[in-house]
Amino acid sequence: MTSSLLSFHQVRFGYNRNTSPVLDGLDLSLKEGCITAILGPNGAGKTTLLYLALGWLKPWAGVIHLQGEPIESFSRRALGQQIALIPQSEHIPFEYTVLEYVLLGRAPYLPSLGMPSHADEELAYNVLEKVGIAHLYDHSVLGISGGERQLVLAARALAQEPRLLLLDEPTSHLDLSNKYRLVQILKDLQERGTTILMTTHEPDLALAMSDEAVLMEKGRVLISGPTAEVATGENLSRIYRVPVKIIPVEGKKQVAWM
Amino acid sequence: MNSAVTTATLQKVNSRNLARRWVFLWLGLGLIGLFILSLLFGRYPETGFISWERLNQDELARLLVFNLRLPRLLTAMALGMSLSAGGMVFQMLFGNPLVEPGFLGVSQGAAFGAALCIVFLGGSAILIQGSAAAFALAGLGLSYLLARRIRYGGWVLRLVLSGIAVSALFSAGLGVLKYMADPLRQLPEITFWLLGGLSSITWAKLTSILPAVILGLVFLFLFRWRLNVLALNDETAFSMGAAPKRERLLLLTAAVLPTAAVISVAGMVGWVGLIMPHIARRLFGSDTRYTLPASMLLGGIFTIVCDDLSRTLLAGEIPLGILTSLLGATIFIILMVSRGMHEVRR
Repeated sequence: MTSSLLSFHQVRFGYNRNTSPVLDGLDLSLKEGCITAILGPNGAGKTTLLYLALGWLKPWAGVIHLQGEPIESFSRRALGQQIALIPQSEHIPFEYTVLEYVLLGRAPYLPSLGMPSHADEELAYNVLEKVGIAHLYDHSVLGISGGERQLVLAARALAQEPRLLLLDEPTSHLDLSNKYRLVQILKDLQERGTTILMTTHEPDLALAMSDEAVLMEKGRVLISGPTAEVATGENLSRIYRVPVKIIPVEGKKQVAWM
Repeated sequence: MNSAVTTATLQKVNSRNLARRWVFLWLGLGLIGLFILSLLFGRYPETGFISWERLNQDELARLLVFNLRLPRLLTAMALGMSLSAGGMVFQMLFGNPLVEPGFLGVSQGAAFGAALCIVFLGGSAILIQGSAAAFALAGLGLSYLLARRIRYGGWVLRLVLSGIAVSALFSAGLGVLKYMADPLRQLPEITFWLLGGLSSITWAKLTSILPAVILGLVFLFLFRWRLNVLALNDETAFSMGAAPKRERLLLLTAAVLPTAAVISVAGMVGWVGLIMPHIARRLFGSDTRYTLPASMLLGGIFTIVCDDLSRTLLAGEIPLGILTSLLGATIFIILMVSRGMHEVRR
């Protein structure tokens, strides 16, 4: 049996002590080397869960373990080497080139007063090639399309060489071809042993690529397990309150609604 | 698959980094050359350069060069470098190209401190300097403490808001002090201090600010690449293994210390901290590995040029703050209108 890389035990968290918590009694365990998709309606607490997994948010109660150790016991640098985040979007106030921006992903491997080396530069460029935007290396991050910028954020996270990759709505700005490209990149990463946790609004994406799925509603995990068992028409209809059917098309499961 | 393309591209990146080093060499040599020329240039006895023979023979010329011009030029350089480096750090950390290092209550705090001293404690230079420095740091401290108490918005927004509020309080206080001041003796002194200038710089004043300036600038220089990471938003910087709040506070302190020190001896010298980072970014893009040192060098050059003009243009001295604002704002307008300064970047 595969071991658990990251686990939540009875985690409770909220943004404001005066209101009810956003997540309560949350239990979750991520299997090493698996792609796990978190599904749930807006406001279910998916992104909050992601930022708890990052260590950025601290639970009110309960514990989060990374490799069996409490996540707070890791130093900032060690955690940066283990976990990387691809945010949904990011405000970039200055005109970095794509390569300079991706190079920032090397930060957890450099001392505070260090500079990236030629090897770091080469690694960053290789990641750009892998993501398929190497030809943009010298463009300004502000001068490229929203989809390309999303791929730059992905490349920066890959330059971190993380063991656990967190993605917040990774396909929200992507057209079909970039979406396909991202799926291929994630599958390739999985083959190399990276564990992936992503939130998504697209049950299709979960069915196409995730091994495990988690259905969330109102800050709790409703059901979790192998995607095929979890992302059923019945379950999806229940959490989204919309009639959803899963229809097999040429051996692949497709989501139909309305 | 296309390793030849990869190698070629990486070589291109390398050769650009090399080209950037050359630009730094030229900027550095320019600063040194300008420094030496400025040392010999001035109104003694008429506008022009002091010749080598004269320096050897004329005792007064030697005193002038080594006891007046040398500390003054070094202070001008420290002033320009501190304000420009501070401006770069502030603009990156606040994600806002329109802030400058005096902005967290530091400038207005220093002005208030200087005026307070002039009105109530008399115009002793050392007291004014100490009071200006103390209130500059008090301004920073107040802004920081207030930002921690604000209950909404991100860290950056809270600091910006509290910086504006604290600056406004000090500037109101300054207004009260001006109103109370003796219009014949004290008011002109306050006004003159606010205009900024280096005419009263001595070795003693220079050495009193040097530790803060050197410590701050060396620290910022060593931290120059990391600054990029801390300019990202909180969560992203955190995900890359940084401790954004702690590290940013450290950088802000390292940026404010030299700023407070130079303001305390030179008064209000505006626009340097705002403009030099812009020129540095026009030359080198956004990577602070290059733009921070470039900003320092450009700030040193700009301030020395302004100070040269301030002491030689007219028979009487023109306050430095007037010249930096005049030249700085002119350059700013030219930068905003033109788009042709990207050679080293591309």
